[in-house]
Amino acid sequence: MAKTHVTMTVNGQSAEELVEPRTLLVHFLRETLGLTGTHIGCETSHCGACTVDFNGESVKSCTMFAVQAEGAQVLTIEGMANPDGTLHALQEGFREMHGLQCGFCTPGMIVRAYRLLQEIPNPTDDEIRMGISGNLCRCTGYQNIVAAIQFAAARLNTPAQQEQAA
Amino acid sequence: MNDMTPTPEQRVEKLQGMGCRRKRVEDVRFTQGRGNYVDDMKLPGMLYGDFVRSSYAHARIKNIDASKAKALPGVIAVLTAADLAPLKLHWMPTLAGDVQMVLADGKVLFQNQEIAFVVANDRAVAADAAELVEVEYEELPPLVDPFKAMDPDAPVLREDLAGKTTGAHGARKHHNHIFEWEVGDREATDLAFRDAEVSIKELISYQRVHPSPLETCQCIASFDKVKGELTLWGTFQAPHVVRTVAAILSGIPEHKIHVISPDIGGGFGNKVGVYPGYVCSVVASIVTGKPVKWVEDRIENLSATSFARDYHMTTEIAATKAGKVTALRVHALADHGAFDACADPSKWPAGFFNIVTGSYDFPTAHCVVDGVYTNKAPGGVAYRCSFRVTEAAYCIERGMDILAAKLGMDPAELRLKNFVRREQFPYQSALGWEYDSGDYDTAMRQAMEKTGYTALRAEQKAKQDAFRRGETRELMGIGVSFFTEIVGAGPSKNCDILGIAMFDSCEIRIHPTGAAITRMGTKSQGQGHETTYAQIIATEIGIPADDIMVEEGNTDTAPYGLGTYGSRSTPVAGAAIATAARKVKAKAQMIAAYMMEVHHDDVEFDIDRFRVKGLPEKFKTMKEIAWAAYNSVPPGLEPGLEAVSYYDPPNMTYPFGAYICVMDIDVDTGVAKTRRFYALDDCGTRINPLIIEGQVHGGLTEAFAIAMGQEIAYDEIGNVKGASFMDYFLPTAVETPRWETDFTVTPSPHHPIGAKGVGESPNVGGVPAFSNAVNDAFAFLGNTHIQMPHDAWRVWQAARRLGA
Repeated sequence: MAKTHVTMTVNGQSAEELVEPRTLLVHFLRETLGLTGTHIGCETSHCGACTVDFNGESVKSCTMFAVQAEGAQVLTIEGMANPDGTLHALQEGFREMHGLQCGFCTPGMIVRAYRLLQEIPNPTDDEIRMGISGNLCRCTGYQNIVAAIQFAAARLNTPAQQEQAA
Repeated sequence: MNDMTPTPEQRVEKLQGMGCRRKRVEDVRFTQGRGNYVDDMKLPGMLYGDFVRSSYAHARIKNIDASKAKALPGVIAVLTAADLAPLKLHWMPTLAGDVQMVLADGKVLFQNQEIAFVVANDRAVAADAAELVEVEYEELPPLVDPFKAMDPDAPVLREDLAGKTTGAHGARKHHNHIFEWEVGDREATDLAFRDAEVSIKELISYQRVHPSPLETCQCIASFDKVKGELTLWGTFQAPHVVRTVAAILSGIPEHKIHVISPDIGGGFGNKVGVYPGYVCSVVASIVTGKPVKWVEDRIENLSATSFARDYHMTTEIAATKAGKVTALRVHALADHGAFDACADPSKWPAGFFNIVTGSYDFPTAHCVVDGVYTNKAPGGVAYRCSFRVTEAAYCIERGMDILAAKLGMDPAELRLKNFVRREQFPYQSALGWEYDSGDYDTAMRQAMEKTGYTALRAEQKAKQDAFRRGETRELMGIGVSFFTEIVGAGPSKNCDILGIAMFDSCEIRIHPTGAAITRMGTKSQGQGHETTYAQIIATEIGIPADDIMVEEGNTDTAPYGLGTYGSRSTPVAGAAIATAARKVKAKAQMIAAYMMEVHHDDVEFDIDRFRVKGLPEKFKTMKEIAWAAYNSVPPGLEPGLEAVSYYDPPNMTYPFGAYICVMDIDVDTGVAKTRRFYALDDCGTRINPLIIEGQVHGGLTEAFAIAMGQEIAYDEIGNVKGASFMDYFLPTAVETPRWETDFTVTPSPHHPIGAKGVGESPNVGGVPAFSNAVNDAFAFLGNTHIQMPHDAWRVWQAARRLGA
């Protein structure tokens, strides 16, 4: 099949490849770029394991072609840590509050929560639950995921963190 | 002692041993996208397999034409049963003593059954090619309803069993009959029912559901023709068993088979069995000489690999007017689908369903299970439960509520009246188990007190009165469930898989610097073994958990084990850890005594060291002892500090718990909202409360999903109707209730550390709690039993039926 040229920025690095037009963004990330942190759980947009941040929005990368990401800014779990190598508050929060078990939904869940906290910096529990309702988890029952996101929200809203971020 | 000397409390804290809320070590990689799941792996030259699957539930295959598929660039091979037959791999044995087609051999027996395996150099090309394979069918009458399976004129499903009147578990009564399993005292039970003052009888069905972990089943097979070695990476909950089965099936010597389970994205029973995808990948790799990857998609997962439940239980309880139970009689019709691929210990065709007397002191009981074939997917796995224990718990817990209603008694009061009492343990149940320990009365009363049970009942009564007066259209349901699980399979005297006793194993090696590695026969799928196993060792031998690496899943390095399912890791492997650790500790004691020039009886263990009795300032730390183990062991002792233990448990463990669910139901929409869910679990000794709570949250969420919406349904011609996440209910964070957890601690008397296992309890106890809440809401309108799942549509229908 004829290939198409695609260029995008993934986790701050430029990626330039030839892909089949039908290549899904998730397959491009996982198989072409080797970023296997983004997972595939259903291929029908229900489970959210493939969630990535795309030009400032959460998208399910199993339901999008790589060529649609031409020129886009994409953030995956591999790009979540802070530039100095320390973990993002969400990554810490998920460990701190036992917000994961098998780990399969975790990358998509964290990347979704990252965008959610930009949309709503001080969310209520109900807002978090609604905000992550596109991401399924089979292990945790969500309660500790909500707590993990609250942990991160509190951490990100303390002045020291804001200074560091700025 | 100066100020810098750590106190005993500080030393204990540093170990991060049993009982502390240790943060999970697994999370460091998982939160950074650095897990290593099967589909993350890519080998040079790797090929991809994909299945052609049946459109029909029951049909004869007239012809398979793969010519167009084979002509597609990139396609390497298309395997059918005809290609596997010379290798005798077109059928494979199941764990339940039946056989199963790997690829359709002459006919198909369920929709989406595997017909051909396409191998290509690209995943998408394999999928394209599968579409190009043309299968010509001759439709046969489908059998969907298990209650019609043994009709005289029912279609013959398994032509391969023609004339076989005996199966793996005794006589077959009909061409679609698999087994009849009988346990208990029929005569005494019949007598008790004849003389009963009160009795109930109800058909209680537990619908077909599916474990659906977020990661589907997948594998990579890589056969090295030069070395004659097969490496198989896969989503295996029991990697050693897979290795042995692979050796038996393929003829490759077992020492030349390397089975590796990397990180697994949830299992819940789905990843215990051996599936056609694994066999086909192995064959394809042998044929092509290249690694072959097979990754199931979600539709394939839900429709072809391992359903759970599908038990239809006619339940009868006899009792006195005062509410004392006198007998239990259950007949279960078990729909196993097209092949009996139940993942039970081999001698147990209905698993441990005979735990069905539950937490109650039944003087006598009788239970029969009939397994039948239908044109549905095979399976019958233990979806987050020990084998068929969830079915049993649902049966008895619904039954007790129905009895309570008939007696006009409160469901909690009826339970309290009939519990096995604390002083009766170890307790011999009427159906043959020896319950190890329990204190049911205390747990139930604690649950009632914490939830304000009496006040809840008063509120419910007031709501019912208001409903009758037409002031509200909302009803309140209170679901009580008190379950006893049976986990930790199991003792070699009665548990094996294909002849291998269900022990488990642990190897501990202490390195010279005092760090350690432990290798296990189990395999975590999210349970956090890397964290909790190290905690057991930390407490047992005084090495900080952070200095202990836990390794699982590599059959080359791990001692043989039976894997992780049925909540067996803590009861069996956890015990193996303790016994291996105690062997290490015994040797460390000899070394410590030698170092301090005293007799080994004169030293004693103290948190992280051995000290001379009566001289606490004279001690050697485990770190010092580890170093000495490699340079100055006592004469006659071998150098090194390591041990292996294979633990054969003397009995099962019997975790239990009291759950109370409060629900508000809108009768006009059928929407049931869980206002409160309280779960008290007693899993014996608690290794890591943080992880226990997480397990309980997760199990309750799966119970909620099952009770309130999950169903793998089929239409009348055998089309599967629940094969995507659009149609099969997985709750989101919005629907999922908030969980309140609590506990009591009744250690297991026969387990080295008293632990019982917890992962599956919340599913076992949770399903009846939800279902009892829905049923309880309508009880005052004359309801006896509403079948699951309790989705809004069905609840609304029930409300209409009851005139609400």
